[in-house]
Amino acid sequence: MAENEVSDLKVIVFQLNDKEYGVPVSQVKSIEKIMHITRVPHTNPFVKGVMNLRGVVTPLLDLRVRFGMEEEAYNEGTRVIIVSIEDKEVGLIVDGANDVIDIPTSKIEPPPEVVGMAAEGFIDGVANLDKRLLILIDLNKILESDEAIAL
Amino acid sequence: MELNQYLEVFIEESKEHLQACNQQLLELEKNPQDVSIINEIFRSAHTLKGMSATMGYEDLASLTHQMENVLDAIRNNKLTTTPEIIDVIFMAVDHLEDMVQSIAAGGDGKKDVTETVEKLKLIEKGEPLSGSANKEVAASAVLEADQESHYDEFELTVLKQSKEQGFGVYEIGIALREDCLLKAARVYMVFEVLEKIGEVIKANPSVEQLEEEQFDQEFSITIVSKEDPEDIKAKIMKVSEVVKTEIKSLVFDQESDDTDGEVFSNSETPAPEVLGSTSSEKTQSIEAETAPVAEKKGSAKQQNNSSKTIRVNIERLDILMNLFEELVIDRGRLEQISKDLDNGELTETVERMSRISGDLQNIILNMRMVQVETVFNRFPRMIRQLARDLNKKINLEIVGAETELDRTVIDEIGDPLVHLLRNSVDHGIESPQERKAKGKNEEGTVVLRAFHSGNHVFIEIEDDGAGISRDKVLKKAISKGIITEQAAAGFTDKQAYELILSSGFSTAEKISDISGRGVGLDVVKNTIESLGGSISIDSKENEGTIFSIQLPLTLSIISVMLVEIQKEKFAIPLSSIIETAIIKDTDIMNAHNQKVIDFRGKVVPLLFLKDIFEVPSEPAVDPFHSVIIVRKGDKMAGLVVDSFIGQQEVVLKSLGNYLTNVFAISGATILGDGQVALIVDCNALIK
Repeated sequence: MAENEVSDLKVIVFQLNDKEYGVPVSQVKSIEKIMHITRVPHTNPFVKGVMNLRGVVTPLLDLRVRFGMEEEAYNEGTRVIIVSIEDKEVGLIVDGANDVIDIPTSKIEPPPEVVGMAAEGFIDGVANLDKRLLILIDLNKILESDEAIAL
Repeated sequence: MELNQYLEVFIEESKEHLQACNQQLLELEKNPQDVSIINEIFRSAHTLKGMSATMGYEDLASLTHQMENVLDAIRNNKLTTTPEIIDVIFMAVDHLEDMVQSIAAGGDGKKDVTETVEKLKLIEKGEPLSGSANKEVAASAVLEADQESHYDEFELTVLKQSKEQGFGVYEIGIALREDCLLKAARVYMVFEVLEKIGEVIKANPSVEQLEEEQFDQEFSITIVSKEDPEDIKAKIMKVSEVVKTEIKSLVFDQESDDTDGEVFSNSETPAPEVLGSTSSEKTQSIEAETAPVAEKKGSAKQQNNSSKTIRVNIERLDILMNLFEELVIDRGRLEQISKDLDNGELTETVERMSRISGDLQNIILNMRMVQVETVFNRFPRMIRQLARDLNKKINLEIVGAETELDRTVIDEIGDPLVHLLRNSVDHGIESPQERKAKGKNEEGTVVLRAFHSGNHVFIEIEDDGAGISRDKVLKKAISKGIITEQAAAGFTDKQAYELILSSGFSTAEKISDISGRGVGLDVVKNTIESLGGSISIDSKENEGTIFSIQLPLTLSIISVMLVEIQKEKFAIPLSSIIETAIIKDTDIMNAHNQKVIDFRGKVVPLLFLKDIFEVPSEPAVDPFHSVIIVRKGDKMAGLVVDSFIGQQEVVLKSLGNYLTNVFAISGATILGDGQVALIVDCNALIK
C-alpha cells in the first residue's frame, strides 16, 4: 500500500444511524456482506459472534451496540468492515459502507466537546467537508481490553 | 552484503551442525580412537567457524576456532581423547548453542567464553605440538585472508593431497574482454581446456554463478595438474576473448597429515568432476566416497537428505492449510449441489475432486510432520551429564525416534520430556551401590520410546529404578493437604502415583529420599493437557516406573462429536468423551441443587449446555435427554444437549486475539456448509 501523503487521509466512509463515519483505509482489510454469524456465549453484548471469513474465524462487533445506539435488524445494505490493528482482526457491523474519500488533514478537527454523543470516547476527530460531517473513529478505543465476561 | 536474509539459514544450519557435534561427541566417547568421528566433528566445527565469521559473530568464530584446534590435535594424534577433553568440548558446544540461541532470539550472539577458550588452549598445549596443526591453520588462514578465494577444509585436503602426489596446484585468475558477449560460453571453453589438462577443484565465483554470468570480467579457477604452468596459461589464452591469465602456484606446508591419507584411503584421484556441480555438492560426493559406511550411517543419511529437503516457513504451511480448508468447504457445497442436480457427469467430476482433495489433505498434514528425533537427539547428551553429576551409571535407549508428530506439538513437548527424564534419572535410577545391593545390574536403563497408535502418538519414559512408593506418596499428599486420610485409603495404586503430578505436591526444598519424585511434574501435566494429550504413570517398587504420554498427532485436526442445541451447533472433542447416552426425566435426581444421574454406579452431575451457553430457546417438553458423558482425569460430568449430529474430523481454529479466554470454549472450527461451530472446552466445565 502506498503511504498516505501528509496532506491527505484516505478513509472508508460508513453509515451508522444516518450519520457518516470514517475509518482510515490503512486499517481496513476488506468490506464484506453479512454472512452466517455463530454466537459466542459469555461475551460482551456488542460482540455478535464469529463468522467464517475465507477460512479465518473472525469476531464481529455490532458498532450500533458498541456506541450505545438502538439495535436494528440487519438488511441488504448491512456491511461488515474487516479491520485490523496490531494483532487483532475483527469485523465491524455497520448500516452501510460504499465510499472512499480523501480528507485533507487540514480539515480534521479534534472531537467536539459535546456530551451525550453516542460514539463518545470512540472518536478520533471530525472532518468538515462542505456540509458533510464525517466522524473519524478510533479503532484502538473500540477494540480496547474487551475481555470476555467471565462467569 | 545484506546478511539478514541469510540469518535464518545460518541459525538453522548452525543448530544442525551443533547437533551433529553433540551426537558425534557422544559417539567419540564410545570409540575414542575413531578418526572418522573426529573428522566429522572437525568438519562441523569448521563450517560453523566459516559461517559465523562471514556473518560477523566474532565470539562464535573464535570459540569454534579454538575448538577446531583441539580437534585437529586429536586428529593428528597429538592428543588422545579423554573424558575431560570431551567434557570441555561439550562445554564449548553448549556455549555455542547459547550463542546461536541468542542470535535466534534477536541478540548479538556475544558471550564471554574466555574461560572455555583458555581451557581449550591448555588442552591444546598439553602436548608438545609439532606445528603441523598450527601450520595448517596458518596456511588456511593465509588462504582465507586472500579475499578472492576461500577453501574449505575439504578442498584444502584435496589440494594438499594432490601436491603430495606430485601434481601442481594452481590458482588461475582469468579476465575476459569487457565487451565479451557470451561470457558463459567463454567460461565453458576455459573449463574445457582445463578439464583436459588437470582437475578443476574450485571456481570463484562458483560454477553455477559463472554459468549464469553472475560475474564481471574476472574469475578464478583452482586446478591440480601435472602440466607446466606456462603451458596451461598458453592454452587458456587460446580461448578467444580471454585477455588475461595469471597463474599462482599455491604453496602448502610440505609436512603431510597422516590422517588426511586416511581420509582418502580409497580414492585414487581425489578430485571429482566439477563442471555442472556446485562445490558443496562436490564436497558431499567426496564425503560419500570416503565415509566408512558402517559408523556413519547417520551422517551419510543427513547428507543425502540435505539435497532432497527444502526448508519451508511453517507460516506458509499454515496459509496453505487455510486455503485448503476453504477448498474442503467448497467441496462440501459442490457435493451437495451435485446431489441435488443428479447429473451423472457432474457427480463423477465432483467425486474425483473429492478423492484428490482427500489425498491432498493427507499430504499437507504430512508436510507439517516432524520426526520426534529432533527433540530426542538432545537427550543422550543431557543424560550423560546428569549421570556424571549424580555418579550414576545410566544407559539411555531411544526407540522409535522416526515417529512423526505435528511441528507445533514437537515444539511444545521438549520441556516436559526433559522434566520427566531428569526425574527418572534423579529419583528413579538408584546409585550403582544401591543397585548392586538389590541384585540389579549396576547400570540403570532409561528407555525413551515413541510409537504411533491410531490417531495418537505415545511417548514413554521407562526406567528400571526404584519405582514409586505408594505409601510415601500418600503420606506426603496427606501432609500437604492434597487429599484426606479417608480418601487415601480408597486410592488405587495408579491414582496414588498420579498424585505426584498434582500441583502443590512438589516443594522447592530438596527431599532426600526417593519420595522426592514430583518436582515440578504438575507443570509437565499441564503442558501435556494443554496440547490435548494425557499422561499416566505405572510403577512397581524396586522394578521401575513408566511415564506414558499420549499426544494427538496434530493440533490442527481433531475428532469431535457434533451436537445441536436448538439451532446452534457445538463440537465436543472426542478425547474427553467417555460415551453418549439417552436418559429419561425419571433418571434425573437432585443432590444439593444439582441435577445428577446414576451412571454405572457413579453419581455424575448433569450440565445443561443450553443454560451454560445461554442458548436462546423455547422451553421444550421432552421426556428424553441426549447426554454426553465427559471426563477430566477421574471426574465426570454429563453434558445435556438437544441432539447428536455425529462424529467428524475438524480443523481446529482459534478465535483470534480479540476474543481471548471465552468461558468453556477452546476454539472453533468451520463446518462443511461454511458455518463456524464452537468447540467446547470440557475441562473448564468440570470443577
